[in-house]
Formats: sequence, C-alpha cells, structure tokens
Amino acid sequence: MAKKPVQFRLNGSEKAVFVDEGQNLLDVLRRGVGDLTPKYGCGQGTCGTCTVLIDGEPHLSCLTLAETIDGRQVSTTAGLARGSELHPLQAAFMDGFAAQCGYCTPGMLMAASALLERNPDPSREDIVEAISGNICRCTGYEPIINAILAAAKAGGARRYG
Amino acid sequence: MPVKVETYDRVEEAARALSASRSARFLGGGTLVMRAVNAGDQSFDTIIRLRDPDFRTIRMQGDGLVIGAGVTMAALVANRDAVFLAPVARVIGGPAIRNMATVGGNLFASGNYGDLAVALLALGATVQLAGSGSRSMPIDEFLRDRDRHATSLVQSVTVPRPRDPATFRFTKVSRVKPKGVSLMSIAALLPQSGGRVQGARVAYGAMGPMPLRAIAVERALEGQALDAAAIDRAAALAVEGIAPPTDALASSWYRAEVAGVHLKRLLAGERR
Amino acid sequence: MSIEFRKEYFADERDDNLNEVGKPTQRQDALGHVTGRSPYFDDHLFDGLLHIRCVRSPHHHARIRRIDTSEAERMPGVVRIITGKDVPHNLNTLLSLLDFGLDDEPLLSDKKVAYKGEPVAAVVAETERAARDAVAKVRVDWEELPAVFDVEDAVKPGAPVVNEVYPKNLFVYHGRYDHQKLRYGDVEAGFRQADRIIEGRYQMSPIEQAPTETCGAIAAPETNDRYVVYTSTQALFFSLDTTSKLLKTPSNRLHFIGGTVGGGFGGKVDSLHEPMAVLGTMLTGRPCKYIFDREEEMQVGAPRGAERWYLKDGVMNDGRIVARKFVGYFDSGAYTRLSSYAIIKGVGHLPGPYTIPNVYADVYCVFTNRTPATAMRGFGITGVDFAIEAHMDKVAHEVGLDPIELRILNAYRDGDMKAHRRLAKNTALIECCQVAAEKAKWPLSQAASQASSLRDGGGERGRLPAHTATDQNGLVSGFTAQSYAKKSRATQPSATPPPQMARHESAPVTPRVEQPRPQPVQPASAPPPPPAATEQRHTRFSSISGLRRR
Repeated sequence: MAKKPVQFRLNGSEKAVFVDEGQNLLDVLRRGVGDLTPKYGCGQGTCGTCTVLIDGEPHLSCLTLAETIDGRQVSTTAGLARGSELHPLQAAFMDGFAAQCGYCTPGMLMAASALLERNPDPSREDIVEAISGNICRCTGYEPIINAILAAAKAGGARRYG
Repeated sequence: MPVKVETYDRVEEAARALSASRSARFLGGGTLVMRAVNAGDQSFDTIIRLRDPDFRTIRMQGDGLVIGAGVTMAALVANRDAVFLAPVARVIGGPAIRNMATVGGNLFASGNYGDLAVALLALGATVQLAGSGSRSMPIDEFLRDRDRHATSLVQSVTVPRPRDPATFRFTKVSRVKPKGVSLMSIAALLPQSGGRVQGARVAYGAMGPMPLRAIAVERALEGQALDAAAIDRAAALAVEGIAPPTDALASSWYRAEVAGVHLKRLLAGERR
Repeated sequence: MSIEFRKEYFADERDDNLNEVGKPTQRQDALGHVTGRSPYFDDHLFDGLLHIRCVRSPHHHARIRRIDTSEAERMPGVVRIITGKDVPHNLNTLLSLLDFGLDDEPLLSDKKVAYKGEPVAAVVAETERAARDAVAKVRVDWEELPAVFDVEDAVKPGAPVVNEVYPKNLFVYHGRYDHQKLRYGDVEAGFRQADRIIEGRYQMSPIEQAPTETCGAIAAPETNDRYVVYTSTQALFFSLDTTSKLLKTPSNRLHFIGGTVGGGFGGKVDSLHEPMAVLGTMLTGRPCKYIFDREEEMQVGAPRGAERWYLKDGVMNDGRIVARKFVGYFDSGAYTRLSSYAIIKGVGHLPGPYTIPNVYADVYCVFTNRTPATAMRGFGITGVDFAIEAHMDKVAHEVGLDPIELRILNAYRDGDMKAHRRLAKNTALIECCQVAAEKAKWPLSQAASQASSLRDGGGERGRLPAHTATDQNGLVSGFTAQSYAKKSRATQPSATPPPQMARHESAPVTPRVEQPRPQPVQPASAPPPPPAATEQRHTRFSSISGLRRR
C-alpha cells in the first residue's frame, strides 16, 4: 500500500509522517505521531470527541483526510497546558467537575478553546452553540457550560502553545 | 480494496478523473466521503481531491449568487452577500461540521441531512457541472437523478437572491436541542405581487429519498393572499402526493401528522 | 450547582460529623481527563498491532450452511481468519461464573444465528481497512429462518425456537420454573375483598447505553507466555474469567488492565471483546485490537432490554391497595446475558415502595430474535418502576385521589414487612413525596403532610401473611440433571435450619455506625412472626442463584 509523506505543525512542533492513502487525521495523530489526546467515538462526525483545531478552527479529525493537513497547523488538547501550568479551560473543567468519564473532554476543550480565541466574553448561548457538535453521554452539559463561562472570566482566551 | 487518493489543481482535470471511473468519489469537506471510507464502503476505491481556490469562492453574477461547490457552511454564514442563506447554513451541524461540510456535498446528502439543498431547491437554484459535459441545470432536475450525477463534478450553484429577504423562510425540525439532524426541514419562497403569492416554491427535506417540492402546497398558495384561510388550505395539503419515510427519528405516520403543523407555522411566520 | 440538604429528616439516625461525605472532593482522575492523559484501553500503542473485524449476520434468524473464507484469506493484509472451530470452548453464558444459567451463546456462531449482527467469523488484518475489505469477501451461505420479535409471540406454541438451549424461548429459573415467581399472601382473595380492580399494560423499548467510547480491547503477548489485555470493560474480573473459560486458558496467564472507561452505563460488561482479542493474539502471536465501530455499538452492542408489564390492582374506595398482581416479560434478545438476573433483581423490588398485603408476580425472561439485552443503569428496576408509577397515577385517577396522596397513603414505612420477606427500614418515600409536593407548590392534605415514615409502620403491617397461596404453574422438567440450580442445591443441606433472616431483621431500626449513637426513637420491634409457608425455609432468596448460600 502506497504511503504518502505529510509534514505539519502539531501544537507548535514540526511533524513529518508517512500516511496510508485514505487514512484519517485522527488515526495519524494517534498512531502516526503518538498524540493520544483526540479520541475515537464514532468515525462519522456525530460525537465530536475527535475535535482538533486546524489553523485555529475546529475540525473533526476522523473526517479529515490526513494528507490534506500538509503544511497546516494542528492543535490538540496535548498542547493546551504550558508545562505543568494548566490552560484556564483545563483548570475550570477540573474545578467545576466538568469531566466525568473524561472521554468527551478533549473534544469539548478544543471546541471551547476555539470559541474563546474568537470570542473572549461569550454568552451562555454562544457556549451552547460552540459545543453543539460535541456529545457528553454522561450528560454533564451544565458543569461543562459553567466551566467554559468560568474560564472566560479567568481569561481563557490566552493563547498557549 | 485499499483506497487511493488522486489530487488535482484544476477543475477540468478532477472532473475528467471522476467521470473516468465508476469507483471514484469526489472529496468535498469529507463529512460524507470520509465517513464512507471509515465505514469501509466497498463501492469506491478512489478519492478525487481538488485544490483549485476558485472552487471555494462566492461571487455575484447579475441577480444571482454563484457559490463554488467547495464553499463551506462556515464560509456561507460569514459571507455578506449570502445573508439570506445564513440561517440555513447555521443550523447544519456544530462548528466543526460547518468548517468542513461544503455546498456541493450537501447536494448529495441523504436521509436526515441535506438542509441546504432543501433551501436551494425552494430558491430555484441552478447547478453547474464541470468538465467536458460542462452544463447547467435546474436543481430540481439535478436532485431527481442525483445518483446518476455521482460521477459528475459539481462546480458551483447559482442562487437567485430573493428581492425581499422576508419572502424566503426556512425551518428545521429536530429531536435534539440546540442541534440535531433533521426530522424534516421546510423551505419556502413566497414572492408576492399585489398582496398575492406569485411563483411560490415550497420544499421539504427528510420527507423522501431526496429534497422534494410540495407541489400541492404551492398550487394551493398560488394567487392567494397569505391569510389564515389560505394557510390552512395549504397546510391541509402538506403531504399530498408525498410518502414520508420511516427512519430512526420518526415514522412515516408521524411525519405526515406533523408536516402540516410545521408548514402552517412557517407560512404564518411564527417563530418557534 | 448547589445541593439542598434536608437535614431535619431523620436527624437522630444520621451522623453529620463526617470527614468526606457531604463535602466536595476532587475526582482522582480529573487531571488526567482535562489533560487528555487518562489511559483508555485504546491509548496504548503497540508496534505491529493487528485489527479484528467480524463478519456479521445480515439476518435476524438463519442457519449457517457454509462459511467460505477462501477469497478473504487471499486479500492483502489479511493475517488470519477465525471461525467458531478456532474457539476452544465456544459456548458460554456470562453468569455461569456465578453458577447461574446454562451456556447458550457462542463467541463465533457456526451453526445458527439468532440476531442481526451476530458474529460468525473474524478477520485479523494489518489495518482496519484491510480487515473491512476482507470481511466483505467472506461468503456465508444462509438459510433464513422465521424470526420472532415480540415477547408474547415468542412464548406461544409453535413459535420459532430462538435459543436451542431453552426450546420454549423461556429462561429456566432454579432448574424448575419457566419464570421467576413471587407469592406473598393471596392476591385472588385480595381482589375479592377489593372495591374495584384496576388493570394496566406498560411497554418499554430497548435503550442503547451509547457510551462515547465504543467497547473494545487490545491483547498483546507478554512475558512468560502471558497475555496483557487493555480493555474498556466495566467488569474486569467477569471479562478475565470469561476469557479464561472460552479460551480454556488459566487466568494466571491473562493480565487484564482496565478501570479507565469512556462511559459505560452498563453496556460494557458483556466481555465479548477480550476473548476475541486474546484469541487473535494466540493465533497470530501479535498484538490484536478488537473494537466496535459506532454502527456496531448501536446495532450489536447489547442494550437495556425491552420490558412488558401487566399490572392488576385490587383497590379499596379510600385508595388503599390490598392486592397487586404482576405479569412481566423481559425481552432478553437471542441469548441470556444478564436479563435473567435483572428479573431476580426486579422481582425482589416488587411491589415497589408500597405496603400491599397480597402480592403476586410471574416474570418471564423471553428469548426473541432481537439483540441480546444486558445491564443498564438500574436494569431490572427502572422498567417496572415506570410501570408501577404510571399505574399509581392511573389508580389515583380512577379512585379520585390526588396522586401524591395515594402514594403517601400506600407508602411503606419503617417496620413494614415487604413482599420479599424483609422488614422495611430507612424508608423515606413519604418524606420524598412531601418535599416534592412542597417544591412543586402542590397542595397536600394535613394528614398527608404530617405523615412520617417513622410512624404507623410495623405491628400488623410488619407480619408475614397468615396464608400464602402457592402453585406449581410453569413447572418444567429436564433441567435439573445438569443444571446450575441442581448443582447448587446439592450443596445445600436438606434440613436447613430456620433462616437467619428473622433474627437479623428483629434488630431495631437503626443505621449501623461505629460511633456511639443516640438512643433510637423506636422501641425494638416485636419479634417477627415465623415464616408462613414451610417450603420457603428451604428456598430462600438470594440475589443471584435464588438459593442463599451462607
């Protein structure tokens, strides 16, 4: 099977990897470059737990053909914290009990960080809209929404990584 | 069969490659094609990619808006000239889906998807196909045999802009708030002349194998003032000639029961 | 998010001087979750990992004439194809580990399939795509059989036999009955005494747990001829022992690692993935991953089963319920999994949190050609509670009583005897009703708002019925010889001393605490009456096998 070389920036560092034709970005991030923070939940764009930012905008990595990210910037949850200092969203998710089983959390964090980059002072409705493509089957939406509000108050728009 | 990917820089090349192979699919935003790849769909083994920037532009042409098939829902929402389509594009998926899903792809979306195509159908759009068989056709005709067009490359969609934005209405009925797939969607273009409806176009999504027109409703509205009596008469014909499907979201019976209710609200301009 | 504590209730029964309870405490896994570092089963990388995908039945019920894997074997990337004959012990039932039920389900079917999506072969390949492509090339020659999807149709004579281990499509309880029985007092006498009879039928659909992480496991060769298994299971030792049994491999060769689960809700106890992943590793010598995709999770992953309940109440004009009869059908799907156990649990819960002197239940665990059902959040209780509470509303409506008042009137209170022959303690239905009414600004009569779970219980209400009507309906034969129930019964001394329960339950109604406690408000209750029916001394209820083993 033919492999294709792909080069991109992941959370600020340069990555080069060979991908299978037809392979999706989620698979390449996880198995190709070892960033296990984005998760597989559906492979069909309905759950949102594989959400990553491509050039700053949220995308579903499971539906992204891996070779299309050549030369682009990808951000994942692995790039949110600065060393041991958590991103305000991460801190707020912890303080607000916004992670239960934790499986939707990386996708929620990426969707929320894209929102705060664009809109540092979002309303509740803005937040609901921003995470409307992310399913939390533990049904912990209220603490998640509250945590994003709290992170915004705490200056969650600060750019990390 | 392992999948292979072919990448082209020009629309004509991509169109040629697509029409040359029955086992090729054109990759728009990936929300349909990559989903099928992930599921191991055995009906195709080649993905055709296009890197032409022109494919992702929106421009005015006379009274119409020419929307490149590669334009995403997010780009549509952000475009000033496409304001009348923003309420439709905005209710498609979450932000990540809208950053990916394209106008061209939406024409091929089936089942509970394809809301934009419903709006384009009501608006009387035309579809431009690229390549040697380059041609333009009414969206009605395109949707009717859309499976046959799977090997043609949609280059753009031209949408007549409604003169009065208030004459175009759209509603999406979903089980999930704030976002879910469509139990049904309804789009209506209700131009009026001298206080009477002239040239009504009403379209449904998720009420058949593809977006379809509610011909009986259009006829009932034609030449009428949009008053309560006319709306009631039209709503009573909501599923005339239509056999709504049964799927995971709703039964055929349920769709038939509620279609008139949602149509009535839409025609009456009621916000839900 | 604020929690309101109503500490005025049961203040003397509760110690509020606790270090952790009632105070927020950080989850031990929170940091891992917010940094994306929590190690779910698939977050372990193995070089040379192989992928397993199953060939599944497109039919609800069919005989397998032939499975032809020859073309699939020649596909690029295919390492091995597994069929039923490769499974060392290809028949199991989950609860056999607790000596409950007969082995009825193969890991990979080779004779017959009884639900849509049942696996008949597994492809092990270099990539997931290669596995999918090969699955599409496996040819199965099916002989379609008539299928049955309705629980009551499935138990009619002449219905298609879904599960050949149980030819009447009914699970066999205790080796003796085709249903689980509850007999307490005499419902027929209760119905004769009642002013009116109120009946209802209630139906619940199956519910998919739909965890965001789909079910799966990775197995890999480990040192000293062992296998390491990372799994999403909610029941690690179930999965370990099930794997050990199906693969005839001592459990000390299986090193299972779990505990980080991306949502379970009961749907990750069925132990389907671990044996398959380990078998793949045994046969190829390489790490193997077997994971449901989303479609499989929804179609093949076992849901909460559907339930159908018929309720019949004998009610006095003042609202007292004097008799309640249940006939219930659990849709187990094609195999047993956990529905048999759900019924044991559910029957122990009847007639709900009410004191009713005559209770009867026949509950059937029915096999149909639907996806096997398993655990989900309170399974066995949730469905019948829906039926009971819907019926309570119906009763209230028909006798013209306020629905909350009806519940308070019939609520169990401390010291009451319950239908499963235990004294009620720490009851709080009345108080819950009162607070709910207060919150909803729902007016209650003075009597109802002054009622208390601590008062007016016990005494007559604490005694077993003088007479319990019993019967042999649904007696089956042919199941005792080799069945689980026979085995466990043999270990039971024939002259069992009177059950311990009576002495145990005569204790005053106080919580068990280590610290010195204030004197209980209630005096010690009277000695409980002896069990009414002698046969019950020998067939004591246990949560699983139906036989108490102490």
